[in-house]
Parts: sequence; structure tokens; C-alpha cells
Amino acid sequence: MDFSLNDDQTMLRDSIVQYLGKSYAFEKRMEVVDSSAGFSRDKWADFAELGWLSLPFEEQLDGFGGGPIEMMLLMQELGKGLVIEPYLATVVLGGGCLARGNNEKLRGSLIAKVMAGEIHLALAYAEAQSRFELAHVECRATEASDGLLLDGEKIVVMNGAAADYLVVSARTSGEQDDPNGITLFCIEAGRQGIERSSYKTVDGMEAAHIRFEGVRVDASDQISARDEGLAILENVIRDATLAVCSEALGIMEALTYKTIEYTKNRQQFGVPLSSFQALQHRMVEMFMELEQSRSLLLRAVIKCHEKAPDRAAAIAALKYYIGTAGRKLGEEAVQLHGGMGVTYEMDIAHYFKRLTVIDTLFGNSDYQMNRFVAAA
Amino acid sequence: MHVTFSDSEQQFQTEVREFFSQEYPQDVLQKMHDGIMLEKEDFVRGQKAIYEKGWAGVNWPEEYGGTGWSATQKHIFYEEMAAANCPSIVPFGLSMVGPVIYTYGSEAQKQKFLPGILSSDEWWCQGYSEPGSGSDLASLKMRAERDGDEYVLNGTKTWTTLAQHADWMFLLARTNTDVARKQEGISFLLVKMDAPGISLTPIITLDGEHEINSVFFDNVRIPADQLVGEEGKGWTYGKLLLTHERANIAGVAVSQNRLEDLKSLLAQKQASGGAPREVNTFARKIAHVEIQLHALEYTELRTLASVATGKAPGPESSILKIKGTEIQQAIDNLYYELAGYNAIPYLREQFAADYPGQQLAESTDAWAALRYFNFRKASIYGGSNEIQKNIIAKAVLGV
Repeated sequence: MDFSLNDDQTMLRDSIVQYLGKSYAFEKRMEVVDSSAGFSRDKWADFAELGWLSLPFEEQLDGFGGGPIEMMLLMQELGKGLVIEPYLATVVLGGGCLARGNNEKLRGSLIAKVMAGEIHLALAYAEAQSRFELAHVECRATEASDGLLLDGEKIVVMNGAAADYLVVSARTSGEQDDPNGITLFCIEAGRQGIERSSYKTVDGMEAAHIRFEGVRVDASDQISARDEGLAILENVIRDATLAVCSEALGIMEALTYKTIEYTKNRQQFGVPLSSFQALQHRMVEMFMELEQSRSLLLRAVIKCHEKAPDRAAAIAALKYYIGTAGRKLGEEAVQLHGGMGVTYEMDIAHYFKRLTVIDTLFGNSDYQMNRFVAAA
Repeated sequence: MHVTFSDSEQQFQTEVREFFSQEYPQDVLQKMHDGIMLEKEDFVRGQKAIYEKGWAGVNWPEEYGGTGWSATQKHIFYEEMAAANCPSIVPFGLSMVGPVIYTYGSEAQKQKFLPGILSSDEWWCQGYSEPGSGSDLASLKMRAERDGDEYVLNGTKTWTTLAQHADWMFLLARTNTDVARKQEGISFLLVKMDAPGISLTPIITLDGEHEINSVFFDNVRIPADQLVGEEGKGWTYGKLLLTHERANIAGVAVSQNRLEDLKSLLAQKQASGGAPREVNTFARKIAHVEIQLHALEYTELRTLASVATGKAPGPESSILKIKGTEIQQAIDNLYYELAGYNAIPYLREQFAADYPGQQLAESTDAWAALRYFNFRKASIYGGSNEIQKNIIAKAVLGV
């Protein structure tokens, strides 16, 4: 039994902490959030140079070959740093589909460009009626004279506007919620018939509503076997779930300790707020939820690392807990900061908003609870 | 990063498992299974079997007859003990006063007391709380006045668990009242329960059980050599006892076992009738507790892992008592809810070994309310959960 990091892992984490500490000030981040750019291309180039964009890709592809432990370390720090750049969308979701997919040509060429920081990706999977069910796909690719025609709409595609390529789940056979009959395509975002309308999300990121109208796709765009894309999608979403839970843990840690610090400094009634027992106990609750969440994260990461048969249930348990406890912790952090907690100016509010969004991503607590019970 | 046991740890696990399935008194396990109330003699026999195996001093160093086990071995032991549905070890001798005596006691005290504690030949009880001193333990008023070679004790101890079975009590009493801080002037004393002037009154708990007592001291004279360590240092010794690494404090293994039991009970009721109609809601309630327990299991493993590498337990260890008892009580509540009407009859004689009739319901159902009521104590004893939060606030959060 051992929960310590090996030397490589320690070095990785230290370098991430060091970079973000030095080069990722909250004020600068907010300038980017409030600009039309959405995220910083300069920072993205740094990420490429630091090797973060290569982290999960196998060594055969010239990647770093990192597993769930390494991804946890990175995402936790990205959470603490409130990093706005679309790492999740490009590397974990888009890159993950390419890496797990069966299109060797796209896999080699596009992942190389992702790692170099040259292109951005987005995964278009959610639909207006699908809620969190990955198999609920109405977007259809139907046979035409020379290939397929893609028609349908995808909602809240993270990084959808900046993406150079889109990975799209589309129905190639079967009924609306048939687990079979889903195929994954990877196509240039500028292909004719694609209409993207982008917007900011409540946590300061960017997403797009994407309409596909008679978009020509063929076998060379396919990154899964015909009709068999769901398994890849599920695996990628599982990786991404673990990634956002790691991010959430970083946020929860930041919120807990920032709240403690704030109550020590803030004076009311002639004493620091931290001297009131009612507030102390609430902060102890925050601390306990943080540590229990960390335990579930380590549990899920270790199970994924060891490919344990119950890893899917472990991730559902983790996401359920992080969703519930994380949102509660965020609310408490805002409450204990009082008026300051509800200002746009303070980082507290932005951590809180990201935690709130993370609960929804890839299925909220209620959804995860159902998955957990079904797996048990 | 991994959570697998080494080969030798796996061997040890097999050895412990075999002990509980073969050498441990099987009739005691059967009583546990059937929901029969255990007598003092059952506890003693079980603990003696563990003692004869050489495993009684789970936390003790080898030089005093302990196991000298690693943190992981202790974890395995408690896990197997829970899986065997073995009654828990009565803590007052083996987990509480034993470590105080081998840490602070005189050579003569070690020789006199440790063997009887290890072998469970002598039953101990704990004299800490008083009518006016609960969470604020240092405000205790019990007096111990030196008179030649003796101390004279006057005062009252209360909530004293199983004092009716005890041969000895360890207690905190005030030997000096002229002190600057109330924590000073307190001494740690050992008292034989048959000393003249001691009297006991049962306190019946909400479940109708006689488990705790008030113990009155009226000019009780004890030899001065039953003082442990130095006079006036009792608070330090007593704190060691409270903060002493109490392995198994979270009760993870027991809760895991009970939760699995609860799930199979639900499945049984679904098959044979009597399951809640709102079964999905109930399954979700179980799952909610199960997920918290998964978290606690890893919090405990993290603590064990840092102890195993020679480090002090991290801040996460401080939450074990709070979360452990919350989960324990949540499980008690689930049993109660699952039992439905079966939990309502109050017929304590049905749990006696010599009860001529049949228990009215499955023993888990029949016990559900009583156990639920009884274990409200879990978040109160051992430093109430609110006191634990004060400790975390101060020690971990630094506020």
C-alpha cells in the first residue's frame, strides 16, 4: 500500500506548480476571460513546450505516455490555477477520441499537431434531447451517392468555435437511443454545411452550438468502426470524468484554504471571523469533504491505473460525491466570504462557478448515482 | 501508487481468517449471527482466544507482550475480525489503560497489571466523565487526597461503561486544587472496584439497556502506589490515552460488513416480500452511504500508508472518528428503515440465550430500533464529534 508519487510524478507536479505560480496570475486570466479571444494562444504554446499537451498520448506517437495518475496531477493544478485554456476539449476529449479511435492516418497526423499546439479540437456529442445519455443520438449520417451526409445539431460543444477539427458522434443506423449504430467522425470545422454559433459559458469558457446541414463525410473521416463508436465515446468520457474530478479537487482545495485564510484576516466585532465556532465548524466540514473527495479520487485513479473491473463504478461514485460535496463546498466558500464572495472581482466566485459547471459535465450527481447503483 | 498487499501481508490475512473461522469460539460468532445478547463471559472467552493466539495486544509493543504489528497488519486484523462478525474487543483495558501503564507506569505496575489486561482476566472500566464534567473534562471535581501511604477518594464518576463487570477502574482525580490552570493538579489513579466506599447505580439508556453507570466514591482508600506516573500529571497521561493512535477508530471494516449485509437483506426482502415499495429510493440511500464509506476506507488507508512509512498520520486522520461514527449511525438508520414494522416490538427477552420462544422477526429487524437508539452514543463518546471539530479547527486549520 503506497500513496506516494514516484520521482517522475513528483517532478511533473512540481513543474506544473512552478509554471502556474509564476505565469498564470488570476488578474491576467480575467483579462483573457473578458476579452473576445477566449483563451491565450501564448499560454497554449507554453503548454506545448512544457509537454502538457503530450501528456496522455502514448510514446509510440511521441507522447509522454502518462496514465491516470499523471493526468490527475496536471488537472488538479489546472483546477487550482483556474486555467481557462481548453485542455479538456482539445487534449482529453478530442485527442482522446483520436487516440482511442481506429483511424491510423488521422491519429498520427492530428495528434502530432495537437501535441505541438498547432490545432485545437472539440468533441460534439451532446444534443438538445440527449441530456447525459451518450447513446441518445439524433444527429444522422445517411448514405448518399458518394459517401454520407451529416445532418443534425450538437449543443454546448466546449471549445467549439476555436476548434480546427470536430469529433462528432452521429447515428449511422438504429433508433434514437440505440447503443449500436453510432459512428464517430473527425472533420475539419470549416467543412461546408457546418454552422457554428459560439458563446461564453457561465464559468468563463467558450462553447458553441453547432448545426450540420448536408455535410459530406466519408470513410476517411471515420475514427471508429461503422456503428461501433459508442464504446470509444464512453471510454473517453470516462477519462474526461476523471479529469474534471481532478480539476474539481484542485478547486476545492483552493477554496477551502482561501476561505480559512480569509476568515483569519477579516475582522468583525473586533475579532477575526475565524474565532467564531459556528464558522470554524463549517470550515471543518469543508476540510472533511475535501479530504473525503481526495480519497475517492485516489481510489478511482488507482483502480483505473490497475484496470480494476469496478473502475467504472468507482468513477461514478467519485463524480457523484464531487458533484454533491463540491457544490456544497463552493456555496460555503462564497457564504463565508460574505459580500466579497459574490463579487466578480474575487477568484472565489470563479472557482465556485467552475465547480458548479463540473457537476453538470458528463452527468450530474443524480445521473452518476443511477450509474453507480446500476453497476453495483 | 497502489493499494495491494504484499505476499507476506496476504499470508498474514489468510492466517487471521483461519483463526476466526477455526480457533475463535464459534458459538460466540453464532450468537452474534442470531442476535443473541452477549454475556460478559462471551466477551471474555473471545478475547482469551485472541490472547492465547498472542494477538491481544494489537497496538502494544512486543516487549510488553504485544504483537508489534505494522499498521497494515493491524488493518488486516480488524478487517478480518469484522468480516467474521466477531464482537469488538472491549477497549478499556487493552486499548486504553494498557498503553498508559506501559508508557508511564512503574516497573511494579507493569508487572502487576499488564498480564491481567492482556489475558482479559481483569476487566477494566474508565472513570473520566463526572456529572459536571462532560466535554469539559478538565473541570472534573473528584478529589484524591494524600493521607500517608494512601489516597482518599471522594466524588462521582458517571457514564461508566460496563462498570458492573469491572474489577478495576482507571480514573482522573484532582490531587491539587490550588492550581493556575484547571488541567493541572489532576492525577491518574488505579482503583480496585471492590474497595470499601464504592457504590454503583445503573443508568438505563434510551434502549432500556444497562450498559452505563454512576459510580460513587465515599472516602475510598487506595494504596498510594496505585498512582500512575507523577502526581498532577494525569491530564497529560489521560490525553495520551484519548489521542493515542486508536487503530480502527473509523470502524470501516465493520461498516463495510454491515452494508453488504444490508444489501443482501434488501435483496432477500425483494425476493420473499417485505421490501420497501420505494425500493429504488432505498437502494440509492444505501449507495449514498456506501460511497461515503468508500471514501472513508481510502482516508484510513492513506493514514495507514503514511504511518507505515514512518511519517506522522496526515491531517486526514483527524476526520476518521467523525466520519466513521456518522456512517455507522447512517447504517443503523438504514436497518431501522428497512425493518419497517418489525423494528417496533420491544421484547428484550427474545434476545436472551435461554428465551424459550422464537424471535418475532429476523434478528437484524428485531434489533434495528434498539441498535439505532443505542448507537446515538457513538457521536458523543470518545470526545463528541463537536469536540473533534474543535480539535481539527485548531490543529489542522489553525483557526
